Amino acid sequence: MDGVHDMGGMHGMGPIEMEDEKGPKFHADWEKRVFAINNAIGPLKIRNIDESRHARERMKPSDYMASSYYQIWLDGLVRILSEKGVISDAEMSGAIASQPFTGAHQPALAPDAMDMVMDKGATYTRDTGKTPSFKVGDKVQGRNIHPSGHTRLPRYARGKTGEVVTDYGLHAFADANAHGPDDAQHLYSVRFSSQELWGADGTDGDYIYIDLWDDHLEDAS
Amino acid sequence: MGKDPPSATLEMFPMGHTHKHSDPLSDTALRVKTLESLLVEKGLVDPATLDALVDRYENKVGPRNGAAVIAKAWGDPEYKARLLADASAAIAELGFAGAQGEELIAKENTDDIHNVVVCTLCSCYPWPVLGLPPVWYKSAPYRSRVVREPRKVLEEFGTAVAADVEVRVWDSTAETRYLVIPQRPNGTEGMSEQDLSDLVSRDSMIGVTRALDPADVGAI
Repeated sequence: MDGVHDMGGMHGMGPIEMEDEKGPKFHADWEKRVFAINNAIGPLKIRNIDESRHARERMKPSDYMASSYYQIWLDGLVRILSEKGVISDAEMSGAIASQPFTGAHQPALAPDAMDMVMDKGATYTRDTGKTPSFKVGDKVQGRNIHPSGHTRLPRYARGKTGEVVTDYGLHAFADANAHGPDDAQHLYSVRFSSQELWGADGTDGDYIYIDLWDDHLEDAS
Repeated sequence: MGKDPPSATLEMFPMGHTHKHSDPLSDTALRVKTLESLLVEKGLVDPATLDALVDRYENKVGPRNGAAVIAKAWGDPEYKARLLADASAAIAELGFAGAQGEELIAKENTDDIHNVVVCTLCSCYPWPVLGLPPVWYKSAPYRSRVVREPRKVLEEFGTAVAADVEVRVWDSTAETRYLVIPQRPNGTEGMSEQDLSDLVSRDSMIGVTRALDPADVGAI
């Protein structure tokens, strides 16, 4: 979706407010809980990572821009858990007591299994999927698409020509995985020159590398 | 048209009172508490697991992991070659792996190339080696600007990049996660891996700064 989350290249966002690495990891106790809930929810397999990202980017744009990142996580978490029928507005507002969740899910993550699960992570590569349309060295163009759903093709790369520099192989396609079957296809590192992306405002000799899937690209040779 | 009348709201609800009842952070904290209670009640989340997750990412998994990787790579050319060829495997040799670092890729800064990493669409970041991202990494100014004007952004971090050095910006739009190998500072010959790792800041592995100078950290 063409949302405010897709902010590569936008003007007017102001200076970067740096923070030393020795500063606090969280800036409020509630941030710790949001972070932890979001991670504890994963192993339940009620929602996947791309559904989760798409839930965050559907936050009302004016709220997204006015929120801290963990507030965006909270909004996305409540949104996706509501859509999945895990929680309801009435429960969140206290109008009704907690109702049992009867949908399919894996067991809750146990405290003593947490490290093992987080150390393992997930698998996004796939053994089977679509035949690759491109190879290293090919000239490609970001497609001029504007899906209302989830996409990992940033606006600033659409219609722009770059070169495939690495083929990372078959991966779950995030754009599809956010809405249904993952439509596995090849993921590539695509190199765009700064001046291709930003014209005269770019810098000769600088490059931006973007990870894009087969369906994001078309032949530009 | 006369001037607006004095604000009745301010007169009726002095700052302290208004703050107490409308502070958005308090509303946020309350909402989080409600969400956690509901999920616990439904048996989907164990509060002890939440405590353990916070402890893991607040106290155990952080940029010192990445610094150990870089220090080893600086001192061991064969390790560096493995890191550049398959970062996930090389980093797993030191015991670091997992969520948000399933497909790690290392990019080496040289005399001719300066790498810097961003996620313009959200907040993708290599957790196993750097821990959780700083607020600025997830914020609009960094995400919007570093792909368009990386040199200006780097300057704001105090990092001047010569015109003849190529800047490469890596936008983490998939599940690949990038780690920058900063250049080993001059004057660090013979230093131990531990002392070298003190020179490797979080920001140098994102690529917004260089590694620290030994004189700055009192390592020599």
